[in-house]
Amino acid sequence: MGTISLKNINKSFGSTEVLKQLSLDIQDGEFLTLVGPSGCGKSTLLKIIAGLEQQNSGDVIIDDKNVNSTRASKRDLAMVFQSYALYPHLTVRKNLETPLKLRDYSFVERLPLIGNFVPSRKEKKKSIDDLVFKTSETLKITELLDRKPGQLSGGQRQRAALGRAMVREPVAFLMDEPLSNLDAALRVHMRSELSELHNSLKTTFIYVTHDQAEALTMSTRMAVMIDGELLQLDTPSEVYNNPSSLRVAEFVGSPKINTFAAQIGSDGSVEFMGIKLERKFNTNSQKALVAVRPEHLEITKDSNKPAFEATVSYRENLGSDIFYHVQVDQSDSKIIVRGSPQVGLISNGETVRISPSHAEAMLFETSGERIR
Amino acid sequence: MLARHYIGESWKHGLLIIGALIVLIPFYMMVSMSLKSQQEIQSISGGLVGAQEIQTFPVCTKHGYTEEVCTMRPYKYNFWFAFKKAPIPRYLMNGLIVTISIFLIQVLIALPCSYALAKLRFKGREFVFSMVLFCLLIPVHAIALPLYVMLAKAGLVDTYAALIIPWTISVFGIFLMRQFFMTVPDELIDAARMDGMGEYSIVWKVMLPVAIPALLAFAIFSVVAHWNDYFWPRIVITGNRDLFTPPLGIREFRGGIDSDEFGPMMASIVTVTIPLIVAFIVAQKRFVEGITMTGMK
Repeated sequence: MGTISLKNINKSFGSTEVLKQLSLDIQDGEFLTLVGPSGCGKSTLLKIIAGLEQQNSGDVIIDDKNVNSTRASKRDLAMVFQSYALYPHLTVRKNLETPLKLRDYSFVERLPLIGNFVPSRKEKKKSIDDLVFKTSETLKITELLDRKPGQLSGGQRQRAALGRAMVREPVAFLMDEPLSNLDAALRVHMRSELSELHNSLKTTFIYVTHDQAEALTMSTRMAVMIDGELLQLDTPSEVYNNPSSLRVAEFVGSPKINTFAAQIGSDGSVEFMGIKLERKFNTNSQKALVAVRPEHLEITKDSNKPAFEATVSYRENLGSDIFYHVQVDQSDSKIIVRGSPQVGLISNGETVRISPSHAEAMLFETSGERIR
Repeated sequence: MLARHYIGESWKHGLLIIGALIVLIPFYMMVSMSLKSQQEIQSISGGLVGAQEIQTFPVCTKHGYTEEVCTMRPYKYNFWFAFKKAPIPRYLMNGLIVTISIFLIQVLIALPCSYALAKLRFKGREFVFSMVLFCLLIPVHAIALPLYVMLAKAGLVDTYAALIIPWTISVFGIFLMRQFFMTVPDELIDAARMDGMGEYSIVWKVMLPVAIPALLAFAIFSVVAHWNDYFWPRIVITGNRDLFTPPLGIREFRGGIDSDEFGPMMASIVTVTIPLIVAFIVAQKRFVEGITMTGMK
């Protein structure tokens, strides 16, 4: 079992409020990502769950037990850190053994020399050795067991750190940006490995990241946090396609979503950039913001389609995709449009007609709430 | 171009060589004098090792040894007589006991202190640390008298305790280790806490092994300072020759009927200096390794 729920967590350092009345329910076996820009309090939240940091108010409940006053080591959670935090003076094997020895051995059994003579230790040592071996097999680090962390590459250290967390078979894994010290190719590779690991372990994963690509690819649900508040908790596709507020829409998705000022007619019709949306919205506001993702803007040559004109100022070629940064002619705002293969390459300075996909345009209040 | 480059370089090297000579010449003198006979020392002749002629030494016979025993080569005589005249092995052992005890207790106290000052959050931490910095400014000689009075009242004068106790809390050690611990990532400590270590286990099982290079640097400061210390042992060891540390022991050779016999005196100094030089050469590699330690990240 590994359900974790947070109830009205508040945390401040001095006068700066880091977490504000945050509540969150994490289900057993879930891969939950806490994602948000740096400084949004996600790492602090993870430390509060781990018990490394004490909340000012609110409850942390693990498997229906309130653990507010339980020490970090007694919460049966394991954590993987950004800098791996392996003990630099111990071999990988010893690193993996340490949490088990501390948990399973009694005080006497842990003593150097004397501990060897306690009969019960032998049996425990055997089970520890088995667990370490099993874990190292799963992670393919068996041949690295006798090396020290300093002799390992980044990816190998990452695995060793994972191993140290896994040996304890905890109720949940807490991961604090574990991939951000790896190079880009390895990071993408480790993403899929982590997902596979989650599938085979079926343990709760709580994963903190500022990288929305990691959140979108790996998680079963993602929690978007901005400024110490939980803004949306949903599946990655729902968060991407159906953000609850403009802040979520702007944070998730790369390149960033485009916004346009829009006027709302008395009948609920929405008009922006001289284009009238086919859908009607139920709102009393007169002004609103229309947000359209770059892939839902089309560069068109069809003069019958409703469109606005813009000048290409910069072409960003990512290989699989081409994004055009364009200057809208009527205003001074810049937007980003994904190029389509039918249109072909467009050079800088060319004027293009841009037509939005009506079904995908989202409407937000000027204050940021979603209008549905 | 190339020639000018060499001239520029040799200029620097020349200066450095002069500096090195200033440091090395006393050592050269010490070694040379410990090998030569009294006549050669006084006439400043004989180069490094002297002629090494077999001769009978008058000071030796004055001490009641037979002429046969006192006839040998100067280098042998100098060392032999130094060990005969004073219990040098005893002094060396005293020096070892005192410096090692001081260093171990200093570490025992400094590590938890500096860990708390660097990594634990508590009220008044900054104040405590500023007091540590303040204590760095107090010279030993300023508090020597009150310290002596306290030790005398406690009846500890002329004991090992008097040599050790005043140095057990090293503010310099606390400061040095605190600065080092500041560079240890918090995540390592958090990881140890998640694994189930208590704060004391963290200090001894995580911070201590990580801090070995810094401790080695501190060990050099501490051991050299207390091995060579003359001032404090001179104050608290008043009569008992069995407690003399090496620097006090060397003083034995000064004064008395054969005060001008430099050979055995220098031989004793060489004997006292060698352990430190050997220790430094052995530790040097780890010391340099320590400075360039990059195993953390």
